[in-house]
Amino acid sequence: MKRNIPLIITFLVGITVIFSEFIPHYPFGMLSGELENWFLIISGFAILLGQLSLFKVNILKIKFKKENWQYSVITLISVVVMIGTGLLWGTKDNTGILGNGDQIIAVMGSKPFDYLFDNVYQHLQATMFSLLAFFIASAAYRAFIARTTESNLLLIAAILVMLGNTSLGSFLTSWIPEAISFLHLPKLAEFIMKYPTTAGQRAIMIGAGLGIIGSSLRIILGIERSYLGGK
Amino acid sequence: MVHFFEVLGIWIGALLTFAIFSFLYKDNPFYKVAEQIFVGLSAGYWFVYTIFFILLPNMYNPLTENFAANWIKLIPALLGVMMLMRLIPSIEWVSRFPIALVIGTTSGVFFLRYLKSDVINQLTATIMNPFSGNNTVMIVGQILLVIGTFTGVVYFYFSKKHEGAFGVTARIGIYFLMISFGAAFGYTAMARISLLIGRLQFLLGDWLGIIQP
Repeated sequence: MKRNIPLIITFLVGITVIFSEFIPHYPFGMLSGELENWFLIISGFAILLGQLSLFKVNILKIKFKKENWQYSVITLISVVVMIGTGLLWGTKDNTGILGNGDQIIAVMGSKPFDYLFDNVYQHLQATMFSLLAFFIASAAYRAFIARTTESNLLLIAAILVMLGNTSLGSFLTSWIPEAISFLHLPKLAEFIMKYPTTAGQRAIMIGAGLGIIGSSLRIILGIERSYLGGK
Repeated sequence: MVHFFEVLGIWIGALLTFAIFSFLYKDNPFYKVAEQIFVGLSAGYWFVYTIFFILLPNMYNPLTENFAANWIKLIPALLGVMMLMRLIPSIEWVSRFPIALVIGTTSGVFFLRYLKSDVINQLTATIMNPFSGNNTVMIVGQILLVIGTFTGVVYFYFSKKHEGAFGVTARIGIYFLMISFGAAFGYTAMARISLLIGRLQFLLGDWLGIIQP
């Protein structure tokens, strides 16, 4: 029961969704739509499960005073503050438990949840991702010293695309005569993006698509069962 | 008071920006604190988002507003609660039922979606007459497109050893893939650098007022 019923559920649900594409009439069309709605609701609970799991992991870390447990306190405070402000006063488009928070908006200029989002979360996110600019430069250097045909192709394509999308690239090749204008860096970058890059991406998409189709079939037919856990 | 909170927000943003950038020197407590705040706020944000944008409109509101017409939504609600049982080791197996439904739906949807968008549509776009272009550049490009797609797909065929003519074809495929990765790398680098410029604009403009934001 613990393993077979979930396998049957997966099979029936997967087959129903696939059939509904070819038989969009009652009951398959209706069933598929309803299942996708259920999927959304259960996914919502899955996100909540992730949050609760985060609580559990950090509380255990604090309880047993594991290494760097102090940082878990900060994580928990941040979660509680964000959830608390969101649920109590709501978000920009939603009303919270305490109403629309007009009084607090008059003081802070926006709802506390939005204030935290705009002044803390967005800054942290943008800075965290901008850090990658430095690591990407380091990765480019390492790729360059590899000195293989593949790494050179990668770097030349990257440099051409970057230069072609900036005013510097346009400036550097502005002297090239009209007869060979396809050598203008912006046009060269456009050519790379439009043809060889598209070809590579198509190959990846076809390969990955076939892989996903195969995996989906394996799951629906019960050959792949790792999602049920090992016990 | 509003002005105070505006200024406070800018100062918090600036200090956290420095805390994150301090990682460029080495891992340190300031970075770790900022990182944990980011993790906590992200988790909190998605919690609130899930409540307001997924569970309330799709489950709670239909059930409270018209129960008779929407009672069937009790089933996913029950399955959702069963999903939370994963946190209790003794009855963890109960969560397999909702997971099975989610996995089944995802598999069915992905099967159809990827078959259409990633396989059939891409093949349809590739099976064309490459010599039908208006100019030489376009014809060369279309030939490259067909050759690149074909050789790239050959590279992903691992059931046969890559040697001989098959190996040469796969190697050409790798070159196209590398150009593709290079272009993606270039775009990613540009996106990250523009984010970095955004941070510098914030620090020099909004915070210090040295430049006009």
